[in-house]
Amino acid sequence: MSAVAAGPAVGPLAGKRILIAKPGLDGHDAGAKVIALALRDAGAEVIYTGLRKSPGFIVRVALDEDVAAVGLSILSGSHLELAHEVLEGLRASGAGAIPVFIGGTIPPQDHAVLFEAGVKGVYTNDMPLARMIEDLARVLA
Amino acid sequence: MPPATPSGIEVPLIATGDMAPEAGPGLPGAYPFTRGIFADGYRGRPWTIRQYSGFGSAEESNQRYRFLLEQGQTGLSVALDLPTQCGYDPDDAMARPEIGKVGVSLFSLSEMETLFKGIDLAAISTSFTINGTAAIIYAMYLAAADKQGVAREKLTGTIQNDILKEYVARGTWIFPVRPSLRLITDSVLYSNEVTPRFNAISIAGAHVRDAGCTAVEEMAYTLANGLAYVEELIRRGGDVAKFARRLSFFFYVHMDLFEEACKFRAGRRLWAKLLRERYGVSDEKALHFRFGVVCGGSSLVAAQPYNNIVRVAIENMAAVLGGAQSIFTCAYDEAFQIPTEFSAEIALRTQQIVQHESGIAATVDPLGGSYYVEWLTDRMESGMLEVMGEIDAYGGVVKAIEEGWLQRRIAVRAKQRKDATDRGERVVVGQNRFRREAQADSYGEVFRLDPQIAARVLAKHAEVKRSRDASRAARSLDALEAAAGSETENLMPLLVECCHAYATVGEMVDRLKRCWGEFQEPVRL
Repeated sequence: MSAVAAGPAVGPLAGKRILIAKPGLDGHDAGAKVIALALRDAGAEVIYTGLRKSPGFIVRVALDEDVAAVGLSILSGSHLELAHEVLEGLRASGAGAIPVFIGGTIPPQDHAVLFEAGVKGVYTNDMPLARMIEDLARVLA
Repeated sequence: MPPATPSGIEVPLIATGDMAPEAGPGLPGAYPFTRGIFADGYRGRPWTIRQYSGFGSAEESNQRYRFLLEQGQTGLSVALDLPTQCGYDPDDAMARPEIGKVGVSLFSLSEMETLFKGIDLAAISTSFTINGTAAIIYAMYLAAADKQGVAREKLTGTIQNDILKEYVARGTWIFPVRPSLRLITDSVLYSNEVTPRFNAISIAGAHVRDAGCTAVEEMAYTLANGLAYVEELIRRGGDVAKFARRLSFFFYVHMDLFEEACKFRAGRRLWAKLLRERYGVSDEKALHFRFGVVCGGSSLVAAQPYNNIVRVAIENMAAVLGGAQSIFTCAYDEAFQIPTEFSAEIALRTQQIVQHESGIAATVDPLGGSYYVEWLTDRMESGMLEVMGEIDAYGGVVKAIEEGWLQRRIAVRAKQRKDATDRGERVVVGQNRFRREAQADSYGEVFRLDPQIAARVLAKHAEVKRSRDASRAARSLDALEAAAGSETENLMPLLVECCHAYATVGEMVDRLKRCWGEFQEPVRL
């Protein structure tokens, strides 16, 4: 069961459809929901997966829903493996162009590793939401 | 705007005698226990220093526990990995990336035996942060005690076993709400008989708090959940005067010192009143609101992380001023990684400094009688009753959870908290105030999990399944499944037998899923 929330017709992300997903077994969803609400307020149409989704499921939803971006929320320390699996899955499905973003508890030394792997943004909880949206809008422009 | 506490209570410039309750706060150890449940406070028994730890395989965690016990820690608190918490064996595809990450893998009794090798289960108290599979892990602990030759009635410790808040914030649910409640009542009622000194449930507000709600809401949601368990236990034939003695609670402590201390004073009093007024409980021990806390969590930040040591020390003091029975202090680096041995030791030493150097615990409830504290305690108590009333008006916590109403309230609160932080209304030093933009933060030592852990856990899992008595394991699982289909049979003896037979957590959970299905998360934004 996923939730879909459509934002206002104007805003920096108006017209963009964005998937927010919780891969793996991590149950901390406050951050994912805060991001989903913020993206909606910025005009995006947000699809939130709910908890405990496999990378395969997330890739499938991204393709089926034809999203402009995928945001992964991971606080369990499994971000490297799970991000890799989602990126690989998208590439293998010919959707490697869909940008993937990550949020959660991500140690500083892993940020570069994630960018290297193809992630387009790492948003930890100390980043103001306005800055995250600005960054996303720039990548999705 | 005049300043307010994080719960939104307007703070007076000066508190005066006419604001405090006329009757005064009473005495510690006397109903309604505003000033504490024990007349002799921490002199009679200091709080338990209980650092949450566990990672990798049982061997590694066993070594960490022995180290912590040698360093003066007084109780163990076991962190379990997500596969164990969510009921997957390590060889499940969903489990593989998470093996041994946020805690230790305990897929069968073999691992529990290794975890406590050389540690006498009769001599320590052990807390397990386990919910979806709590009844299974408790059964496994009993089986490990049997193997050590320790009489079950000697066991002390706690299993969190609070599924209601998992649906709202922490997310390690497995089964639908109602069969989950059955597992909880089974384990609580069984524990009352078999391990009378063991807390078979720790009703937790910590996770909803860390997810974003206020201190008043944290206590209100927790007490509402507590009452839901009381109702369910009574429905199953439990005697409230008896089982209430073994109910315990667990909370977060964030940064507002007085609000946090008053939260505990108010919650302790309110719980005693609710049990006495609604259920006629008169036994003093059954009215005691015993609780553990965790200091840190989302109040810690990655920017200038060493400042977190100071935050945790302040929160530690708030917990002591509130009368906590056990305290866990987070390490300063938990805002961005699993703590290292270095950061974990500082967290332990913080508590020891507060306990042995600060003098804070020398007299009972040193805040008692302060105009501000007694006024704030009252205000928080009425705020809690108001929130509990809103839940009642919706139709109770179970309905509020099944329909996603409570989850949505928490998400909205989390967004409000983030917005207040972004706007600078909620000050976070080093992050949104007094930030040095150009400074490269110093993060200290980096935690590295041994990349071979998953392979070792998988090998052991295969070995256990190969070497066990296969027919005993199959028989025990069949018996479990049959009993789960009946409404009334207590499943605990069957789970203990499954554990003795080295059935795995994943196998037990799969059998129960066959009977009960899985929780369907109501995803709402």
